[in-house]
Amino acid sequence: MSDRVLPDVTAESIKVIAESAGIGQLPDEAAAALAEDATYRLKQITQEAVKFMHHGKRRKLSTADFDNALKLKNVEPLYGFHAEEHIPFRFASGGGRELHFYEEKEVELGDIINAPLPRIPLDVNLKAHWLAIEGVQPSIPENPPPVPKEDQHAADRPPGVTAKPSGKDGTKPAGKPGKAEVKGLPSEVAGVKLKPVLTHELSVEQQLYYREITEACVGSCESRRAEALQSLATDPGLHQMIPRFSTFVCEGVRVNVVQSNLALLIYLMRMVKALMDNTTLHLEKYLHEVIPAVATCILSKQLCQRPDVDNHWALRDFAARLMGNMCRNFSSNINNIQSRMTKTYTKILHDEQSHLATRYGALAGLAEMGHDVVKSLLIPKLKEEGEKVKMLMEGPVHNSVDKTAAEHIRALLLKHCAPVLAKIRPGPDNQEQYKTDFGHLGPLLCAHVVKARQQQQQQQLQATTTTAAAASVVQRPTLQIPQGRASAVLSAMAAPRTPTPQPTTPSLLTISRPSTPANPPSTPTTPTPGTPNPQTKYIIVSTTKASTSTTLPSTSTISSSGLASSSSSAASTIVKFVSAAQGSASGGSEPRVLAQLPSGQKYVVVSVPSSGQTTTTSQGKTQAVVMVKSEGQGSQGQGSNTGITSAAGTLAQLATSSSQDSTKSSTGLQGGATPKPNS
Amino acid sequence: MADPNRTVVVTDGSNDASTVSGAATGVQSSPKGEKGAGTDPSKMDQQTLAAVLQFLKNNKLKDAEAALRREAKLPDGNGDSSGSSRVATSGEVSSVLSAYESEGDLARYCEYYNSLSSFIESSLDAHKHELGCLLYPVFIHMYLQLVYNRHEKEAHKFFNRFSVEQEDWHQEDLRTLSTVKTREQMEGNDLMDTFRSSKFVLRMSRDSYQSLRRYLKQNEHRELLSILQDHLFIDVFDGVPRNREQVQATSGAMMGEARRDANKVKVLYGLPKEPDINVPLDDDDEGAEGEDKPKKKKQKKDLLLNKNKKADPNAPPPSRIPLPELKDADKLEKVLSWKEGLKRVPLGRENLPSICFYTLANAYQNVSAVGVSEDSSLLAAGFEDSNVRVWSLSPQRLRTMRNASELDQLDKEADDIVERMMDEKTAADSWLLHGHTGPVYATSFSPDREQLLTSSEDGTVRLWSLHTYSNLVVYKGHNYPVWDVQFSPTGYYFVSGGHDRVARLWGTDQFQPIRMFVGHYSDVTCIQYHPNSNYVATGSSDRTVRLWDVLNGNCVRVMTGHKAAVHTLAWSPDGRYLASAGVDKNVLLWDIAYGRLLAEMKGHTDPIYSLCFSREGSILASGGIDNTVKIWDVQKVFEEIAGSDDLTSLDRASLVEVGSLLLGSFQTKATPVLKLHFSHRNLLLGCGRYQHS
Repeated sequence: MSDRVLPDVTAESIKVIAESAGIGQLPDEAAAALAEDATYRLKQITQEAVKFMHHGKRRKLSTADFDNALKLKNVEPLYGFHAEEHIPFRFASGGGRELHFYEEKEVELGDIINAPLPRIPLDVNLKAHWLAIEGVQPSIPENPPPVPKEDQHAADRPPGVTAKPSGKDGTKPAGKPGKAEVKGLPSEVAGVKLKPVLTHELSVEQQLYYREITEACVGSCESRRAEALQSLATDPGLHQMIPRFSTFVCEGVRVNVVQSNLALLIYLMRMVKALMDNTTLHLEKYLHEVIPAVATCILSKQLCQRPDVDNHWALRDFAARLMGNMCRNFSSNINNIQSRMTKTYTKILHDEQSHLATRYGALAGLAEMGHDVVKSLLIPKLKEEGEKVKMLMEGPVHNSVDKTAAEHIRALLLKHCAPVLAKIRPGPDNQEQYKTDFGHLGPLLCAHVVKARQQQQQQQLQATTTTAAAASVVQRPTLQIPQGRASAVLSAMAAPRTPTPQPTTPSLLTISRPSTPANPPSTPTTPTPGTPNPQTKYIIVSTTKASTSTTLPSTSTISSSGLASSSSSAASTIVKFVSAAQGSASGGSEPRVLAQLPSGQKYVVVSVPSSGQTTTTSQGKTQAVVMVKSEGQGSQGQGSNTGITSAAGTLAQLATSSSQDSTKSSTGLQGGATPKPNS
Repeated sequence: MADPNRTVVVTDGSNDASTVSGAATGVQSSPKGEKGAGTDPSKMDQQTLAAVLQFLKNNKLKDAEAALRREAKLPDGNGDSSGSSRVATSGEVSSVLSAYESEGDLARYCEYYNSLSSFIESSLDAHKHELGCLLYPVFIHMYLQLVYNRHEKEAHKFFNRFSVEQEDWHQEDLRTLSTVKTREQMEGNDLMDTFRSSKFVLRMSRDSYQSLRRYLKQNEHRELLSILQDHLFIDVFDGVPRNREQVQATSGAMMGEARRDANKVKVLYGLPKEPDINVPLDDDDEGAEGEDKPKKKKQKKDLLLNKNKKADPNAPPPSRIPLPELKDADKLEKVLSWKEGLKRVPLGRENLPSICFYTLANAYQNVSAVGVSEDSSLLAAGFEDSNVRVWSLSPQRLRTMRNASELDQLDKEADDIVERMMDEKTAADSWLLHGHTGPVYATSFSPDREQLLTSSEDGTVRLWSLHTYSNLVVYKGHNYPVWDVQFSPTGYYFVSGGHDRVARLWGTDQFQPIRMFVGHYSDVTCIQYHPNSNYVATGSSDRTVRLWDVLNGNCVRVMTGHKAAVHTLAWSPDGRYLASAGVDKNVLLWDIAYGRLLAEMKGHTDPIYSLCFSREGSILASGGIDNTVKIWDVQKVFEEIAGSDDLTSLDRASLVEVGSLLLGSFQTKATPVLKLHFSHRNLLLGCGRYQHS
């Protein structure tokens, strides 16, 4: 008990205080007596202050509570000592002494007087929403996400199996008759009443949301699509709609493969990626629809109208990467996704009659499965494939389509096999040796392996100085591709419910950032899959006049900045996340604020400080920045880009290895691209 | 020894002669409920009177003193009595403290305490828990004796050794106590004052008491005996000793349990018959709406007939308290609310309410109070920056009255005069009210929605007009922070309570309180007017809930059981049940008819700041700063006790075993639930301020 009480004021402190007040020689006795009394008074006032905290209906004691407690005791309060959150004491230690001090900065009065007037803060406003409708909490942005991911998983099990832990607040009334049975099994986890598991009716809002999202995802407006994907990737509370979305993707792929509509297929794959990126969703139950769709996009014979011109390779790469991610995330002993997919791929490779594009897809798919798969399945095939490529490129029958395919296959093999070879093959690299081992591809491969080795050496060099985490990144780069946040840049402003892409209402845009200022601004870092991605992003919140905040969800979320537009908001937030720079991003190392004024509207964009190397690929308005922090130093432009790939995993996912050609932008795969190794 | 309550009152009113006389009148009535078991009423009164007189004299309040003397029919005190009483007052503190003077061997206190503790441990299981209650007060008073007699070291040792053994809910007081380390600090410490001047109340069965006496006889611990005699009041009852749950259910209050006789007075908790509003109403209806008139009239007559039939035997006579007369507007109001009530959704286990939540966004200053008008059309929020803001929750925007010259031109006979008085140009969604100089801790709308009361840290209660949005009256009297204020359901009267431990009853047209409810040992933190306007319930940080009779100012119920400060109260619509909750995160449900605890509802994880019964009383909603609204099935409790209404079991506080009453729990994103309110149609409204990050 007594150790919970505040430590006493020591006589020493009293002496120090006395000295600062100009009393030089305070007798020990007096100091001790004063210390004791000071302790008592302090504790008494603290206890009174707690009362004020309780009446202020807060959890935190504030400085104002102390002032009020002092007033209560007829003591003059400390004027001008106000702190919102933290009491601004600073700690310092040195020479065996520990000190807490209050840093009072000297303020130049002239600066304050001459400074422009601060912006008027937003007025207090009152906003209503439904916390519950007849005992059921609707999934709207204003409410917390209805079901945490773990519980979704639990809810995925058949009702009979779910021995739900009854909430600690008490158990659900046994056998709630009538209504409950109609709706399905009522469940209650951790005191939160869950929606019945079997409910498959979507609310009107959800239906609207579904329509908006799907229209935006396959529509023509890139900015709306980016927003919709962002919503899919970040919004909690979508789990009720996953069946719809997965069916949408599945059917969409089915139809568009037949029609060879490459753009739409790409859009659908991006949807899948967004859904996978959403950490609050549990996709496992819907893989039976999603995997065939993705596999189709990898392996289909024809994905576009003009195979000789269109870059369907990018789609295959992207889908292959998605599949690789899926295998890593969802493969288990029960569903065996990885081995089944691997089997499918190898079957195609063994089939001599298989189409070249399909072959490319299978190779890409295998390459994305990880090092072990590359080692055991791809490398033994190198010779065979090399011969095939040689035959196609130099063979008598000159077919441009086949030739491009061969080029792509070659590039793909070189890109993925070189790093693995560099690891498993002892040096030195001998051109001749490679030629005998790998046939036609040998010499090229050798060059790549040499580069890869150089890079690895550099990385190891760094790894000795940097942390172990960085080292692990080096070792298994592909595993580090996480379900990170999409780093797509959203350029234009459009609320999901507002069909116009250009903002009309906001007159002023302000920036608020939910993260603590201490953190560096958002970089698309590579978080390990286990840890949640820190959601550092910029939120651009428009501050319309208070009067425009009607009950419409879209506008009201704008004005009440905090409530609905926090990072964990559900369905229809209209927050703009900007995680990359506008303009040249490789430049400034400090956050910059750019303001544009197109037709009277003000955008404020913050550029990400680039502490490491950045590689950008300009694509019209949108840009993405690849931040490479710990590895890849000096390797940029040289070619082998393992490090970059791993560091910018999220981007690499979006991008394709064949980003050299400018056809990429026409494919609609927006986002950054890592530089492609030059062979 | 003077009754503590009186001393408290007197010290509080020190600034203002008129308040003191007000206090005196309040005092005279209040102790009746308290005393009961006191020693000698006439002697006590004499002592009190002398103390009050002395106080007045010391503060040079001659008029008040003379008035009191006249009233008490005492001779003019300039001569004889002054000498003796002066001695008494000058040594007032020391004399009370000297109760702790002890010649005994203080060093052996540890031994004594140990002996008592082991005796209790070894006693029969049946008595163990009742006797266990002894330990805490004995511990406290032993510690205080040690401190008073300047055995600081021993006191510290004693405290460290035994404080951990005390129950969890005592730790808060113990922490306060632990700061008191010297004799000098004992003066002026509120908790100390309470302990030394009041007796700690324990209830135990006769059997347990006998075993205690046997123990005391065997071991002649004189100090222990004197502590028991001086500072403890043991209320012995005949019957079976209570078990652990029963003891725990009612323990926890600062000064022990309620005395048995404190809850004996009959409480007229019923609702009075609705006044006959047939006749004027018809006229109003014809004026107001013409279309659905026949249908409505018929329904209304049915209802009025129904109401007339059930004359509640527990209802107070209508004339018990002079209530403001019903105006035509009030009657219209009643009819409208009744009409709304017809559309009410019945709530229960099967039908959970819909909750509409109002979030205050962009509030840079914390919101410390939220009030909603009875008809759910207005919302007032009090901020820590002293502002009060009023919003309209209905489509009707808030307008001010026209200025005087414009008003003069209006046709005062017009039917819609009230409507015409308002200036349409001033319509706004919200109005800001400036005036307080400290955080606003409570807001309360008058039933006619024309006035708003707010209370604040600055020690004042302010009355605002909602026609002009200006401050009408400042009620001064508390001098310390006023934690809560509430209008009576009929208007005109209101009650405020604050840090000075007194709840005051006011009339809106008077500067001075009409009644003072004195008896809490610590701050009065919350107030709830009984639906029939005859009683007032107060909750306090001394962890008790008290019920006061407005007629005579008596305390008619003392309910103990909370383990921390009470912060919110709610009456069931029928006036019989009271729900209370606060920092201890539990909702307790009380039966006012007998002052007994009915149920304990656990589930919140942070202090609870709002409670509300649904309009038909079957559901209780609670909300707190754990950002959750919880719905409780109180109907089940009422059904359980309906069978066991016999008086025999009442002496034993038997908790209704109801299992889990929780029906639903609804979490907000990051908004503490500061206010809950059921609309006439049983739509639950919640309100709070969004908390960033």
